[in-house]
Amino acid sequence: MWRRSASGADRSRAGLGWLLRRIGWLLGSLVVAASAVFLLLRVLPGDPAVTLLGIGSSPEQYDAVRRQLGTDRPLLAQYVDWFGGLLTGDLGEGLFTRTPVLDQITERLPVTLPLALSAFVASALVAVPVGVLAAVRRRGLLGVVLSGLAQLGIALPVFWLGILLVWLVAVRWRLLPPGGFPRVGWRDPGGAVESLVLPVLTLTVAQASLLIRYVRSATLDVLHQDYLRTARSLGYSLPRALWRHGLRNGAAPVVNVLGVLLASSLLGTVVIESVFALPGLGTLLLSSVQARDLPVVQGTVFLMTATVLLVGLVVDVVQRLIDPRLRGRA
Amino acid sequence: MTARAGGTDRAVPVVSRSRGGSPSLVVGLVLLGLVLGLAVVSLFWTPYGMDPPQPGSRLAAPSAQHWAGTDRLGRDQFSLLMLGARTAVWIGLAAVAVAVAVGVPLGLLAAGGGRRIDSAVIGLIDVVIAFPTLLLAMLLVTGYGASSLVAIVAIGVGVSAEVARLTRISASRILTQDYVLAARTCGTGPLAILVRHVLPNIWHTLLVQVTLAFGIAVIAEASLSYLGLGTPPPTPSWGRMLQEAQSTVAVAPWNAILPGLAVSATVIGVNLLGDGLREVLDPELRRPRRGTATRPGRGRDRRRPGRPGRAAGHGEEIR
Repeated sequence: MWRRSASGADRSRAGLGWLLRRIGWLLGSLVVAASAVFLLLRVLPGDPAVTLLGIGSSPEQYDAVRRQLGTDRPLLAQYVDWFGGLLTGDLGEGLFTRTPVLDQITERLPVTLPLALSAFVASALVAVPVGVLAAVRRRGLLGVVLSGLAQLGIALPVFWLGILLVWLVAVRWRLLPPGGFPRVGWRDPGGAVESLVLPVLTLTVAQASLLIRYVRSATLDVLHQDYLRTARSLGYSLPRALWRHGLRNGAAPVVNVLGVLLASSLLGTVVIESVFALPGLGTLLLSSVQARDLPVVQGTVFLMTATVLLVGLVVDVVQRLIDPRLRGRA
Repeated sequence: MTARAGGTDRAVPVVSRSRGGSPSLVVGLVLLGLVLGLAVVSLFWTPYGMDPPQPGSRLAAPSAQHWAGTDRLGRDQFSLLMLGARTAVWIGLAAVAVAVAVGVPLGLLAAGGGRRIDSAVIGLIDVVIAFPTLLLAMLLVTGYGASSLVAIVAIGVGVSAEVARLTRISASRILTQDYVLAARTCGTGPLAILVRHVLPNIWHTLLVQVTLAFGIAVIAEASLSYLGLGTPPPTPSWGRMLQEAQSTVAVAPWNAILPGLAVSATVIGVNLLGDGLREVLDPELRRPRRGTATRPGRGRDRRRPGRPGRAAGHGEEIR
């Protein structure tokens, strides 16, 4: 590795400045995202009360709903309320259940988080070795088959894969439940795990296909680098050369895509939970959309977007830590 | 921040191909031609109308009368598949048109408009990418109710971020070339540079990206309809066919298989076509490759468009 001319102190000061700028950027994006969520729900459509009740209710009913929604107040006041609520962790109340939105969300996390995180870990564990193998053996049968499978996995709609797995594994072979989650939740650990196996498998196949393709192309890049050829010419075996030099150089793009994978695992749960009738965040969001429960939709969408943005920040920080070449940049 | 692995990162073709023709182009065209053919024919003719022929034929297996069986209302599945192809193609094309109309001008503006505009556009792209298509669709459906227009706008805006990103990278690469400098020195205006130098050099990259975007749009349309957020009934769509078939999968599995095959075949066709187009249009791919695309130490302008790796600090997304 090349040494940079700057002293250590200079560098850490530059690093701190970068971090502060990056955090400022994150806060800015959060404000933009929160405003976008608010505006899309409140400004563009007509009267939410009419959308909610339909046409033909009495004026008093409309007024009641407007008061409940707060849409009888000036838009700016609503906007300030929404931001003030965000700062204090108050996302409002659901229109129908009248329970705090934040409670409704945290109630669903015991389903969604295990699903998203296990799918994330499983797809990383599968895809990184498979992707490297597909790149190293790209001219052989194995590489072609692996890449082909990944291509196929990308083209399959994830919910279709889920339906097919339910049909085969749950309906025909009766190995696992076709959907749902134990009423008592994780107090029935066996039942909870059983009902998450197929959803995690489905999400993993979808995510791993994308990741394989990415790892493969990152590995191919590394394989063509001069330093790898030099290492080989010095007598390193290919696995050893990849381990010593390839890993360090190829890690930054892979960390990058792992962050994306984490975010998309979280988002993927929306569809997956719907396929397997799991009472998670995704089904909460979907049913709130169908019921037009504005506060719940607003809060859930914002939290999901904020998570994606936050993961982006973590990825950037980790990348800088593992790849010194990135530190020279603003 | 992140990297889109959704199709443009393919460094080297999966199968090494001969220099002449491109098999993936041909196979892709055939698959896509089939889908387009079904969609076009459905404008004039389908085997059956959408009224259930007789109550006795519900959930019938594929047969000579009903090539793909019937659904739980007794409707002919093959006719539904044809009409679903029409919906998929129409929504896909419209969404891609939105993506191009939004993304290309934004990308060009970022590339040629100076530092401030550039960072503003990059910020915008990042936010759009962090704001996934599905969530955007859900917000819009909450406001307006499910409709084709909502699906088109949500998918189009979602895809436009990637189009804008790629346009920006490709265009700024061209703008640093000596011949652009020469043209500028001769007093050529920005618009003329755009038309004479930038667009002719980036259209092939964009065409590949737009082709792949169509595939993403078709999958997104199916997902939205599956969730009940897309084109509302009675317009048939593959996603809703799958959603309806799910409850009867034990007795009528074929109903849950064929629409999914249709979506997958379309997307595979599109991806193959995209790869084929890239091979045919991109002369750089014919030369032996030297890895540069994802090397973080290089300036963005040296990176080749079409296979953008990690745009420094800026995002890409897995679908």
